[in-house]
Amino acid sequence: MVLSWIRSPWPWYVSGPLIGLFVPLLLLLGNKQLGMTGALRATCAAIAPSDIDFFRYDWRRSGGWNIALAAGILVGAILAVAMLGGGTTPAISIHTRDAIAALGLASPSGLVPAQLFSWGALLTIRGALVILGGGFLVGFGSSYAGGCTSGHGVMGLATLQFASMIALIGIFAGGLLMTFIVFPLLF
Amino acid sequence: MTAVQSPPSQSLDAEIPVGRVRELSPGRELVTYVAVGVIFGIVLVKSEVVSWYRIQEMFRFQSFHMYGILGSAMLTALVSVQILRRLGLSSLTGERISVPPKVLGHGYRYWIGGLIFGAGWALTGACPGPLFALVGSGASVFIIVAVAALAGTWMYGYLRPRLPH
Repeated sequence: MVLSWIRSPWPWYVSGPLIGLFVPLLLLLGNKQLGMTGALRATCAAIAPSDIDFFRYDWRRSGGWNIALAAGILVGAILAVAMLGGGTTPAISIHTRDAIAALGLASPSGLVPAQLFSWGALLTIRGALVILGGGFLVGFGSSYAGGCTSGHGVMGLATLQFASMIALIGIFAGGLLMTFIVFPLLF
Repeated sequence: MTAVQSPPSQSLDAEIPVGRVRELSPGRELVTYVAVGVIFGIVLVKSEVVSWYRIQEMFRFQSFHMYGILGSAMLTALVSVQILRRLGLSSLTGERISVPPKVLGHGYRYWIGGLIFGAGWALTGACPGPLFALVGSGASVFIIVAVAALAGTWMYGYLRPRLPH
């Protein structure tokens, strides 16, 4: 019974509070602030510091935990799909299905559209733009803003930081511009 | 971690003296945060926040799902942080629990960086945490998205002295 409940998709009022609890958990474990952008910075510092000031810091000491967290996330996702029924197609709104169809994409299957995110797609101009360009924007933007959805959206807002409020408005505006202005040109 | 000079409203328990800091050995730190990450990864996949479809639905205002998750996560975190502050707890490593305030400055970095990141989030459907979750979920091409994100991070580091902050 419990297992079948766990294996079905989790409603927002279960997932949301669970995600929120990682903030006090990390604070209690080692006074760490929830955020994933630090893992990108620490990885750059580890593999290609290139004498750049931003990457000249003790990444093992202040960013090692963040890389460990990222590695754990990868393993957790494997377990979620293999044992806990994760990775199924989300039951998205019919309006979103229509919008996706209007972009010329197949009806939803799995977590991401294979037409955009597959090794084959990487060889197409559109796929390469989405995969390489999108990834670049995520890394550049979150490092520039000093945080992402978890760092600013959850941790920053929860500690009532004005800077995070500005970042979140920027993030949302960027997403809307991409969805309503760039998507129609790209697809 | 150094104690950050901050206004009392931002620091969680500035009046409590710092206890003896017992740093975790690198091995124990690794095991601890990998374990936390495993649970976080399970939640990210099961909540579907790693799904490109869910992110599209959010930016098109067509479902409450993502707003419910982000809102309740933020509220849970806010209440938890208030409780930690009232209890004046130290972390297991003996550090006093404190959240250094983000430096506002001109604020350029927050809205410009946010705009750029938001555009990338809508395009890939992934923020930095879900990038790793998607690789684990079997969408292996997200390894390339992650490499591109590292390239973006590196480019930010390179251009940082010339960018407005």
